[in-house]
Amino acid sequence: MIQTPSVDWFALSPSLVALGAAAICLLSAVLTPRWLLRPFAAFVCALGFVGGLVMASLVYWKTPEAHLIVADAVSRDRFAAVAQLIVMGSGLLAVGVSYSARMRQDHIGEYYALLATAGAGMAFLVQAGNLMTLFLGLEWFSVCLYILCAIETDLVGSLEAGLKYLIIGGMGSAVLLFGSALVYGSTGELGFSAIADATRLHDLSGDPILLVGLAMILAGLAFKASAAPFHMWTPDVYDGAPTPVTGFMAAATKAVALVLALRLLSVAFPEKEDVWTIAVAFLACASLAWGNLAALVQTRVKRLLAYSSISHAGFMLIAVAAANQLGARALLYYLIPYAAISIGAFAVVAARERELGETVTLENLSGFGWERPVLGAAMFTFMLGFAGFPLTGGFMGKFLIFSAASERGWNWLVIVGVAATLVSLYYYLAVIRAMYMRPAAELGLAPIGGSPPREVLLTSAVVAAMIVNVGAFFAIQPLVDLTRTAAQALPL
Amino acid sequence: MSSWLATILVFLPLGGALLVWLLPVGRVAGPLALLIALTEVGFWINGLTLIDFDRTSGPSFDQQTTWFSDLNVSYHVGFSAFSFWLAGLAVVVMAAAIAYGFWVGRERPRAYFGLMLFLTAAVVGVFASEDLLLFYVFFEAMMIPLYVLIGVWGGPGRLGATVKFVIYTMAGSLLMLAAVIVFGLSSGSFDLVDSNPSNSTWLFLGFAIAFAVKAPLFPFHGWLPDAYRESSPEVAAVLSGVISKAAIFGFIRICLGKFPGPFDDFRNVILALAVVGLVYGSLMAFRAPDVRGVIAYSSLAQMGLITIGVFSLTSMGVSGAVLQAVNHGLISATLFLLAGAIERRTATGSLNRLGGMARGRPALATVLMVTGVIALAVPGSSAFAGEFLILAGIFGFGWGWAVAGATGIVLAAMYMLRLISAVLHKEPGPAVSDAALDLRPAELGIVVPLVACLLALSMWPAAISERVGDENTPLFPQKAEFPAFPGSVP
Repeated sequence: MIQTPSVDWFALSPSLVALGAAAICLLSAVLTPRWLLRPFAAFVCALGFVGGLVMASLVYWKTPEAHLIVADAVSRDRFAAVAQLIVMGSGLLAVGVSYSARMRQDHIGEYYALLATAGAGMAFLVQAGNLMTLFLGLEWFSVCLYILCAIETDLVGSLEAGLKYLIIGGMGSAVLLFGSALVYGSTGELGFSAIADATRLHDLSGDPILLVGLAMILAGLAFKASAAPFHMWTPDVYDGAPTPVTGFMAAATKAVALVLALRLLSVAFPEKEDVWTIAVAFLACASLAWGNLAALVQTRVKRLLAYSSISHAGFMLIAVAAANQLGARALLYYLIPYAAISIGAFAVVAARERELGETVTLENLSGFGWERPVLGAAMFTFMLGFAGFPLTGGFMGKFLIFSAASERGWNWLVIVGVAATLVSLYYYLAVIRAMYMRPAAELGLAPIGGSPPREVLLTSAVVAAMIVNVGAFFAIQPLVDLTRTAAQALPL
Repeated sequence: MSSWLATILVFLPLGGALLVWLLPVGRVAGPLALLIALTEVGFWINGLTLIDFDRTSGPSFDQQTTWFSDLNVSYHVGFSAFSFWLAGLAVVVMAAAIAYGFWVGRERPRAYFGLMLFLTAAVVGVFASEDLLLFYVFFEAMMIPLYVLIGVWGGPGRLGATVKFVIYTMAGSLLMLAAVIVFGLSSGSFDLVDSNPSNSTWLFLGFAIAFAVKAPLFPFHGWLPDAYRESSPEVAAVLSGVISKAAIFGFIRICLGKFPGPFDDFRNVILALAVVGLVYGSLMAFRAPDVRGVIAYSSLAQMGLITIGVFSLTSMGVSGAVLQAVNHGLISATLFLLAGAIERRTATGSLNRLGGMARGRPALATVLMVTGVIALAVPGSSAFAGEFLILAGIFGFGWGWAVAGATGIVLAAMYMLRLISAVLHKEPGPAVSDAALDLRPAELGIVVPLVACLLALSMWPAAISERVGDENTPLFPQKAEFPAFPGSVP
């Protein structure tokens, strides 16, 4: 008889709740009447994410000590719980944004089911305790996202995005899997902490196979986090995918990839810290340089935001490269406003897209701030948040990340980050300039008749994102406390 | 109550801004903003009656609570004597600017007046901060409303002007952010009162360059002419009158207070830049083809002079610099508002097309003449007192600097008299029609209080210059092992 490990269902509950919601969404696609399908599926999906939020907070509350569960394959700690809170919150906002999207009726149930499943997979991934669960979680949510990207089958861009994401994402997964195999081959272990123990015990830190394995795993995660030079898919996929999906991907995928990278590197490879900190710092600098410089010349807002998300991967990699407690806190803190404003910014783009019926560019964004004051003001704070201006959480995030780098003694990395911020101002302010400073009349655009669509859920999601963004600045103390206890789960 | 005064001065306009943005009635935005700005002035005057200028320990209206414990960052506000004067300048000029914006009737009033109030909060916050990160936050926060105020309500070249303005100032202030972080982590605290001074040249430069751009000092002034020409007159008044003084605050409170060693090392360099800026700015002002150009470049010159006072490191020079900072703020605000009034009547600021406006417009002529005469530092005026103190202060350090500074004063007379005669005297210019009215009562109501402040200071300049600090009372609160006044640094 096969021995089965005892399963701590409570620790897995955030994923399970979201999965349950996904199952109901799928069923509802068949069982509910057509007129009820959209509200019902969205409601259940939102409920799943709220349930995930609640369960993640409970896990956070009930887990003062980090430990491994389910035959050491999954780790139960506050670090994962905070990341799950971010994922579930992003999912909830994404539901609000998706609700007003024009979607083909026969896909609605599946859409929300996939969204909830992706959230569940991400929540599972951040708990990963060995290389198997890591790969499982990564593929779990990636497959959902491949389909979500291509779900608008009548849009060529959407299909192209889905295909591109599938091929390049598959490539990334393969690299990661190969790397895992090499690490296993070198150490004979799969568990993160077991790898570290074996490395120490057998004095493997000079083993070239282990080193190559580490590099390939890092590359695989960099694909998911869209860090340069593994970012090539990002602009096309972000541009082509349905905008609400793009928002969710930008926020949640990046968050889990980076959180997991920090966990894996710090738990499994403490002996190689001198190597991977340099490697991550290199990835950070490359992302900052490439993302910011390429964003300067973009005219389509979605592509601009895609490049900006590459540069933000760079900022967050600085926190990973710092490899200290402050860096772990900074990463978690940074993700909170970042996730909110990514989704919020794409939501505003989605609203404008529907209003115009065409791709949003900096040109046709003009006058938007005055026409839709709430969305405009929110977009204003999002851009300031991306650029790291005070009175937004983005500022505090950058401050903490730079502090972490400085604490490690890498003041040069602070200078790189500061220079990148300066470059980024140009295109973030270009969005504000387009929204407020170039009246539609000046460009000869025809005024848009009628009052804009109401889109209550989208507006509330955007306003919620704005509140998170500004609130994270003023109420930084509770968030810092939250992330401090979370970061203590890592051996940094 | 009195310990709350600094907090009230910061958060009253911030709350007002939120109120203006959220109230869905555009018509009340202007009056409401004006009311809040005047209340702000009232609170400041109230503070004037409560403040103890001879205080030797800790800032006045001191208030401190933990903001986030992680890196010892606190919300710490309070005023030293000199920063209280600068804050007073800020609230008075902001009130005048808001009143002017209301009188002119700016479009989109809710956004406009909300931003003006937000700007007030940020500027007062800069002068009130006693924590380095808090200072940085307010310093950066000033950029947000300024960017929009210039970009939306500015002239035809506003987009280019805003890009230049933002890139210049942010390049400086992001370097400052790096300096703030490294300084705060290495000294273990971001508090301006508690943290130990540093000897690092690099950190000093990080701060000094940011302030040099903001002031601006000579090679960093590239943004100035465009920003001052393209913004609306009341925003230009605020920019040159108030925002530039944030740099003076930074030079005194941070560069001098936290980096006494590098401050001394770089004294000659910065004095040289200031002198070059003084002479170059004056010459440019003399050559400028339009009213705003004259005021803009005179602003560059005056900031150079004030910087000379700060870097003279004597109690005389520094108190002269503070007095002159207040003078210059009031003068340039008045002049920019008058420039706005002239442009409204003639639709041009070009000096070639103006002239002869004194005839039939006695109020305009009187106000412009009085302000101009004070600006050129005629003996007996407050500007004369300020410049005299600065020159007397720098004379002890090196007479050459004093000679160069005195040249600037001569040049000031040249460009001011040129401005006055080009606008008021000569033959009436082609843009000046007989129908162009004199200053209206409302405009007088805005400008005359500013001029009245200047006249009051002319009668009693010691009101400020003797309440800044001397050998016995420190310029700002600092640790006991440092001398009461930096002037006594050997």
